[in-house]
Amino acid sequence: MAAKIKNQKAWFFVMPVVLLVAFNAVIPLMTVVNYSVQETFGNNLFFWQGIGWFEQVLNSERFQSSLGRQIVFTSIILAIEIPLGIAIALAMPRKGVGVSVCLVLMALPLLIPWNVVGSMWNIFALPEIGLLGKALNSLGFDYNFTRQPLSAWFTVILMDVWHWTSLVVLLAYAGLCSIPDAYYQAARIDGASRWAIFRFIQLPKMKRVLTIAVLLRFMDSFMIYTEPFVLTGGGPGNTTTFLSIDLVKTALGQFDLGPAAAMSLIYFLIVLLVSWVFYTLMMKDEVE
Amino acid sequence: MGLSWMAWTWQTALFFIGIFMALTAMCIWEYFQPGGAPRRGILSLDTTRGDRLFITLLGSAFIFLGWLGFFGPPLWGAAIVSLLYGYSVFRWV
Repeated sequence: MAAKIKNQKAWFFVMPVVLLVAFNAVIPLMTVVNYSVQETFGNNLFFWQGIGWFEQVLNSERFQSSLGRQIVFTSIILAIEIPLGIAIALAMPRKGVGVSVCLVLMALPLLIPWNVVGSMWNIFALPEIGLLGKALNSLGFDYNFTRQPLSAWFTVILMDVWHWTSLVVLLAYAGLCSIPDAYYQAARIDGASRWAIFRFIQLPKMKRVLTIAVLLRFMDSFMIYTEPFVLTGGGPGNTTTFLSIDLVKTALGQFDLGPAAAMSLIYFLIVLLVSWVFYTLMMKDEVE
Repeated sequence: MGLSWMAWTWQTALFFIGIFMALTAMCIWEYFQPGGAPRRGILSLDTTRGDRLFITLLGSAFIFLGWLGFFGPPLWGAAIVSLLYGYSVFRWV
């Protein structure tokens, strides 16, 4: 125990990371905290505002609506992408050339930059010339994502599902591949059904990677900005204005840095809380 | 280059000094009275002293935000609830 206390070399090894984090995370965070209690009109002139911005943001209908939309969007995304990702991973081959083909196909959407995805889907879903838009209208649906909130939501969700389900698939597939054959052999001897194998072997073994998948998809969908911004610009009206779009509008569009900083901190605390809950659940399982 | 762009105020400086002092106090506490190994509390979570400080700070932030959203200023009530919450976390979680 005494030797452990005396040996402080590890501090020197972690110092570069600590400095890097200090510069790219802690200092900007401190600045945001400073901005959140002040008013500025530029030129580095600041006026003390106290907790006024926080009170304003918490009671603002606009923030509450954005937060509500964000929670609904993230919930829908998780409810679709996680089961769909597991289903695709279960259907993927484990041996042969099909494995590489499937993995490459699954990885393709993940390689496309977010703004390109937004542009692609914007053209793809246009009601007059886009393949999706034109097809849906030809089938008798009244579809126009630039005018109808429901169509806009449908398109944003479909786009996100297309872009990010692959991540869940790859993680779930990695989890499935790590299950030793002995488990399946034992299940076959016991005459277990397909459902029983999934419920009692595959799902418990995938639990850890699925927790990571849920955490990643939660954080990413909760911070979504580029794709809906390029696709709908937050519209029609404000119907697809999620938290980060609202934040950018407040900070850069209106140059209200104080309210934007207060909003950022509330946003940050929500992400921190949910991430901590997921992390705790993950570590709890590991310890048990 | 000065630090004027960071817009420091004595109140926010005090806030960060408070957090750094809490971290330092935790280190000193652990050095003189080791006991930071995980323990299982009422939430069935294995938490170290550092975890309990994190839960206290994060929970207190939400208590203050909740108080501000529902009752508005002053925040003395939130401060008292946070202190009680922090004590409970360190005692039982």
